[in-house]
Amino acid sequence: MKILVCISNVPDTTTKITFTDNNTQFNNNGVQFILNPYDEIALARAIELTDGGNGTVTVINVGEASTEPTIRKALAIGATDAVRVNAKAHDAWYVAAQVAAYVKANPFDLILTGRESIDYNGSKVASMLGELLDLPSVSIIKKLDIDGDNVTVEREIEGGKEVLTTPLPIVAGAAEGVAEPKIPNMRGIMSARTKPLTVIEPVGVKTLSEIISYETPAPRGQVKLVAADDTAKLVDLLHDEARVI
Amino acid sequence: MPVLVYTENADGKFKKSTFEAVSYARAIADQNNTNLVAISIGDVSSDQLIALGKYGAEKVLNVSNAKLKNFINQAYASVIADAAKKEGADIVVLSNSFSGRGLAPRIGVKLQAGVADGAVALPEQTGKFTVKKTAFSGKAFAVVELTSINKVISLTPNSYKVVENGGAATVEDYAAEGNASDFKAMIKEIVRSTDKVSLPDADIVVSAGRGLKGPENWGMVEELAGLLGAALACSKPVSDAGWRPHSEHVGQTGIAVSPNLYIAIGISGAIQHLAGVSSSKVIVVINKDPEAPFFKVADYGIVGDAFEVVPKLIAAVKEYKASA
Repeated sequence: MKILVCISNVPDTTTKITFTDNNTQFNNNGVQFILNPYDEIALARAIELTDGGNGTVTVINVGEASTEPTIRKALAIGATDAVRVNAKAHDAWYVAAQVAAYVKANPFDLILTGRESIDYNGSKVASMLGELLDLPSVSIIKKLDIDGDNVTVEREIEGGKEVLTTPLPIVAGAAEGVAEPKIPNMRGIMSARTKPLTVIEPVGVKTLSEIISYETPAPRGQVKLVAADDTAKLVDLLHDEARVI
Repeated sequence: MPVLVYTENADGKFKKSTFEAVSYARAIADQNNTNLVAISIGDVSSDQLIALGKYGAEKVLNVSNAKLKNFINQAYASVIADAAKKEGADIVVLSNSFSGRGLAPRIGVKLQAGVADGAVALPEQTGKFTVKKTAFSGKAFAVVELTSINKVISLTPNSYKVVENGGAATVEDYAAEGNASDFKAMIKEIVRSTDKVSLPDADIVVSAGRGLKGPENWGMVEELAGLLGAALACSKPVSDAGWRPHSEHVGQTGIAVSPNLYIAIGISGAIQHLAGVSSSKVIVVINKDPEAPFFKVADYGIVGDAFEVVPKLIAAVKEYKASA
């Protein structure tokens, strides 16, 4: 089985997010970049499914050379090989179009992404890829099992879950529950250096959106403290002042 | 050119997030001096379809093909994109629900439209068409310009108020089937717990963390949530430890919520957790550590032990409810 895992290079989850140039650019000064946590889950499941030589796991990233440490991390975790599309990830549509072009030339049995990247949270690449490749897509899965040529996934719905089956190939976005992220071991780290990382040039794509500025959430006022034995006062405040109950 | 809004249903019933999407789409139609057309797919009663007029839809396209009774994003995207073309709609609006997230990008590709996912405010249309959306998992907002002719906007639940000042909508039966290749995926099972409030849609969320010491202590959290009609949530360490299901994990790598009221019990407030709750309207924090970072972003706080404060809070809520 051939599995493709789409990976993003994102600011570490502990990053305090700030902007520069009059709030038009993300300030990456001093920011540590990591493999997107949901992509780690997708990668871990792909490695489980191909365990013991039962297939290959290719990771693909659309990014400039600065994303290579993250790609090497994915190789250290256990991906077989990697592809970097040498371009800035302009938006989800641009990324999906690049990956779709690669997959049309190099077919896969299963394509995984994370449920969303933790920077732009679009949750879009999996479904766009599905549309571009005319394949079923499930944007947020909690479970994925393969039985022969069929795949069964569980997806989250408001207040419940839905179980779907489809023939392979499909595109799915992995969320918590699909697998436990894997930590690379020393052998993985050593072998990652020599695993193939192919750089390809992007295909021409017309972009459809542009981020023009950023805002940070408005700061809240000073917290109003209520004494621990005066919970009735808290209820009154929530009712009379905040008007939320 | 009208605005088209997809009105999602769950088991044949429209949800609050659907009415939010219709109200939001109405406001966009008003910005453009145009009509609002809704499209409903599935088994929805005509009363409910007519009532979409209350939220501002003039016309409702009703697709009640048995093949399309259950949500298959691939097929629904075909139906909605075709309807947009037939109606000449250049803006398509839907809720950024779990299903909406699997739908909006596919509609976007079909219509060659830019997609503003997770919108939190009405578009600004001063020369450029821009939409504010959540970014960095709630740590910030991004203003996105959609540069395409067609546009798809998915609205974050709980971020736009339901507005009721319309009348009755005209309902038209709309024949649609999707494409043959749209039905590869089949639904085997749908499990929906009717007694539980759904977390992304909830007006009130009661959330607890490691301060509760173990899963056996969740009884009081459930009781408080039950009294308030609230959804349950938890912090990452709690779901990682298996005390609570992953579906309750709120934070940067879990679900982002924007309820009217978020009550955090025994959660210190790591930056990753705060990211997921920053768009809550009112935040209440109960923690025994006065230095807990969560207090810095809270509106109301109680410094005290959860095992003492929560039972007292339950009693106070009961008293309030008895007097109300």
